[in-house]
Amino acid sequence: MIEGAESLRPWLAIACPALSAILVLLFSKRPNVREGWTLLATIVQFSIIFSMVPMILEGTVIESYLFTMFPGIHFGFKVDAFGLIFAITSSFLWILVSIYSIGYMRALREHAQTRYYFCFAFAIFGAVGVALSGNLVTMFIFYEILTISTYPLVAHEQTPEALFAGRKYLAYLFTAGSFLLGAVVLTYSLAGTTDFNKGGILTMAFAPRSVLMILFILFLLGFMKAAYMPFHSWLPTAMVAPTPVSALLHAVAVVKAGVFGIVRTVCYIYGIDLMHELGLGIMLASFAAFTMIVASLFAIAQDNLKRRLAYSTISQLSYIVLGVALLSPMGITGAMIHIPFHGFMKITLFLCAGSILVASGKENISEMAGIGRAMPMTMFAFTVGALGMCGTPPIAGFISKWFFSLGAIQSGQIAFLCVILIASLLDVVYFFPIIRTAFFGKMLEIETLSGDREEKVVVLSEKVQTKEGKRPIYLFMVVPLAITAFFSILFCFFPQAFHLYDLAQKAVKDIFGGM
Amino acid sequence: MQTAIEHFPVLIVAISLFSAITILVAGWINKKTPPFISIATILAQFVASILILNHVLTKGPIHYWLGGWKPPWGIEYVVDVLNAYVLVILLFLGLACAVYSKRSIEHELPHKIVSFYAIYQLLITGLCGVTVTGDIFNMYVFIEIMSLSAYALIGSRGKIALKASFTYLVLGSIGACFFLLGIGFLYSVTGSLNMHDLSLLLPPLYGNRIVKAAFVLFIVGLSIKMAFFPLHTWLPDAHAFAPSEISAMLSGIIIEVCTYAFIRLAFSVFSVNFIRLLPIFDILCWVAGIAIIMGSILAMTQFNLKRMLAYSSVANMGYIMLAVGLSTSARNYPWCGLTPALMHILNHALMKGCLFLVAGAFIYKADLWDITELRGLGRKMPYTCAAFVIAAISMIGVPPSVGFVSKLYIIFASLEAKKFAFVAILLVSSLLNLIYFWRVIETMYMKGEEGEEHSHASISSKDEIPLSMLIPVLTLASLCIVMGVLWLAGITIPALNKVNAMFGLVVIR
Amino acid sequence: MMEWLIEEVFAKYNYWISIILMLIGFYAMIAKDNLIKKIIGLNIFQTAIFLFFISLAVVKGGTAPIVSQEMISKGHVYVNPLPHVLILTAIVVAVSTTAVALSLIIRMYEEYGTIQEEEIIEKSREKGMTGV
Repeated sequence: MIEGAESLRPWLAIACPALSAILVLLFSKRPNVREGWTLLATIVQFSIIFSMVPMILEGTVIESYLFTMFPGIHFGFKVDAFGLIFAITSSFLWILVSIYSIGYMRALREHAQTRYYFCFAFAIFGAVGVALSGNLVTMFIFYEILTISTYPLVAHEQTPEALFAGRKYLAYLFTAGSFLLGAVVLTYSLAGTTDFNKGGILTMAFAPRSVLMILFILFLLGFMKAAYMPFHSWLPTAMVAPTPVSALLHAVAVVKAGVFGIVRTVCYIYGIDLMHELGLGIMLASFAAFTMIVASLFAIAQDNLKRRLAYSTISQLSYIVLGVALLSPMGITGAMIHIPFHGFMKITLFLCAGSILVASGKENISEMAGIGRAMPMTMFAFTVGALGMCGTPPIAGFISKWFFSLGAIQSGQIAFLCVILIASLLDVVYFFPIIRTAFFGKMLEIETLSGDREEKVVVLSEKVQTKEGKRPIYLFMVVPLAITAFFSILFCFFPQAFHLYDLAQKAVKDIFGGM
Repeated sequence: MQTAIEHFPVLIVAISLFSAITILVAGWINKKTPPFISIATILAQFVASILILNHVLTKGPIHYWLGGWKPPWGIEYVVDVLNAYVLVILLFLGLACAVYSKRSIEHELPHKIVSFYAIYQLLITGLCGVTVTGDIFNMYVFIEIMSLSAYALIGSRGKIALKASFTYLVLGSIGACFFLLGIGFLYSVTGSLNMHDLSLLLPPLYGNRIVKAAFVLFIVGLSIKMAFFPLHTWLPDAHAFAPSEISAMLSGIIIEVCTYAFIRLAFSVFSVNFIRLLPIFDILCWVAGIAIIMGSILAMTQFNLKRMLAYSSVANMGYIMLAVGLSTSARNYPWCGLTPALMHILNHALMKGCLFLVAGAFIYKADLWDITELRGLGRKMPYTCAAFVIAAISMIGVPPSVGFVSKLYIIFASLEAKKFAFVAILLVSSLLNLIYFWRVIETMYMKGEEGEEHSHASISSKDEIPLSMLIPVLTLASLCIVMGVLWLAGITIPALNKVNAMFGLVVIR
Repeated sequence: MMEWLIEEVFAKYNYWISIILMLIGFYAMIAKDNLIKKIIGLNIFQTAIFLFFISLAVVKGGTAPIVSQEMISKGHVYVNPLPHVLILTAIVVAVSTTAVALSLIIRMYEEYGTIQEEEIIEKSREKGMTGV
């Protein structure tokens, strides 16, 4: 039985980043205190969110509304299993990315650090708000807050390229916001409510098929944050941001909010039955399949490491959309657990890319020959993440791909099973060269200042080892990525760590419970 | 027996008038006193208006007969929820601008302080008068008082401002004359000038061509005054060259009081039944839609910051008139009737007032007019730029700000009226707003100053505007967000719904 | 034809004159380049409206609205005084408007040395059309 329970915890959970944002502003002149507030907020937020898990697993849904905006629309939160998965992912990864940011920003002596931490906190505020919201209108409000708070992060460097990337980012995402607003308003006028309901709310609406299908397309256009093709191009361009921001964009907040929205729409607004009836499942799956394959092909062609990871993300996000579009319990389970698993793996990859940048200033894969020998720890973590992306055991990615494949079989769509296998193969094609170049690549010989010809790796490893070992600030960067890599392996053996798998199962059971 | 509060409407107008004369006299004696007299007067007026609003919400409309002459022979002042609401808005913005203007005028027009404040007080008199009166000829007189003060104030900076003011004068007088003609037409068929009386006398005459012509004359005359596309051409010039606090008053209140006058005429004099007879409001909606798009597009092409904001005002008058046009078709609570229009009157006053005051701050500090000159101001004037960003975000329509709520309500109203084109127009205009506001924000924050490309080091000297100018700016900016949350929470909506009930637009629940 | 002329035009001559004057004034405001001529046009426009109003007040066979022997003997038939009063107010407004307009023109003349609108615009462009 689903009972609704009142609790202040959702409000406390989003109050943490909001308060930390204000405190960051106040303490801008004292960097250590400022960073301290951020870290404190991250830990407190994660504990509050995690504390809600037992209640959800029992079957209660935590509801808490502040006021009524319109008849049938209340501003507030309805915490259920699926939302909690996203919230746990965001808050836990925020802890790690914050620690990493401290190392990264200070090592590079970046400017405008207060603005950075302030906007970061607000971005998490938006992301967790999206995760916990109880209806479309609340979600839309937090969604837009997320967009606007991440803009200063994308344009952080203030170079012309950064400004251009920021402008493109806003252009895509605000346009998407307009479409989303139109979709939300249309839903309200059709169904009289915008609450997330397990059976979907549009089944009650007496609307012609064509209107429902157009509404779905409006929703899809509204969720451009999910970076599906052909509206994906903002994501690689946004790679000009500092690496912790890219990690945030790709693993935690923005893109996952987009997919989250799509899953919510499919399962909780439309409902599985209506999706079957309208045939939207096949349509969505085809789009996802297209993106998966084409994005992987694009990834093979990229030399810049972060751009390759960007296209990899685009491809992986479509895995999640495909999982949902298969409309089968296994598929949706896979989608729900791929959100956190992919998050951990992708963050590992990005944090490694950032460490490489800080230590050696290199961005392109062709230049990274032999770096594995200079930075063994970092590249080992990278390998873990890359193997996970390809779906190799014993990394968490294997579990989610397993579920996707089972989901495809369960819903009888063998064509999409083939798509999943092909896309996984392509993943190997573009990740493997990175690992090979890093570990086994022959370094170019260079002339050092003293005129001797030494192999670059010796020069490099000296530079790096003095940094990696000697300067404590680099520890801030190495530890988080080691933790995420560790978790990526852990999740493979214990997917019920953080109760993630249990929550996913619960959510899927609720969605399909009525059937 | 009339309580004290029932005298307040007249007192507000009278105090203002006397204060204008007092400023002239006192300023002749001591040049320092006019700002303080003006601020004190407007503060007193503002407090009185809040008391009036409270009285009207709890006890009902105030009727005041000037000179004790009973209507319809005498002039009557009627204050109901609609009036009181607009009165509070106008006095609040007037107060903010008065506080702001003290330092700004000392800097810009040092030898004209006395006359500036005297005419400013007259402007407030005119605005208050338009709002509280219940007699249409009285409304014409006060509109002219307001306009004349505006002409003088806009031209106060001299040189090219004079030309802008002259254009406004000619066009504004044409508008007022059309208004007068409309009054004449109505008088010729009914013989009365009292608004309430007219609403009783007109119904049998709705089919009469004279009445219809009068309505059209009113619309055209007021459209010129409220800078409604395509009769808006005086507004950008007037804004570009006027002192900034007058720009804030102009866009924030003067043109909005003219929309109030239109609402009052359309619903109190010609009732809802008349409007439903003609397709006037449908045409109004479409012209408003065009105004929104054209205003936004023209704003994108401007280099001068204040001109850009002026065209943005043209677009926003489009929003208000669109909401007015939809008011007869939208019946579902809470976006029924006139609520979106009235909501946007407040919201636009807050947002535009803040934006213009910030533009004035840039001019005050560094004489910066063009957008490209605003480089790097984010560092030098952090609070001012933050206020600009908040107000700009609000105009774009990011939740939970005030601009978002207006757009949401108007979208719901147009959905209910089944006019989907307007939903699309509103969403497109949000994106257009984004384009031209974001240009300014980017320039302010992101591009460093010349020769100071990428200094990771310390902040260049912070050179913020004085506190008396900063406080109004920050107050307006923070109200953009706070009022947004209040509107969303639905706290203030029932008060506005009373207006709808009064006009017969909706049945109150 | 004759009846139409008599009925529509001659009987309602006051309205026709008013309209024609309004249009003349309007044309002057728009088309004339000289600022003083624009103000004259504005005045003609406003005066036409006043004439329209006052002509509404006419009562056949009425005297001036002053209490006197003549009025009482005519049976209290007097011309409607209300429009006259309204127009007095409106004339005051028109005079104020003209005063403000003329003062603006004087200042513009001091500033630019000309009262032709086109020349003023050109001169301001030369000076640089910023706020000052």
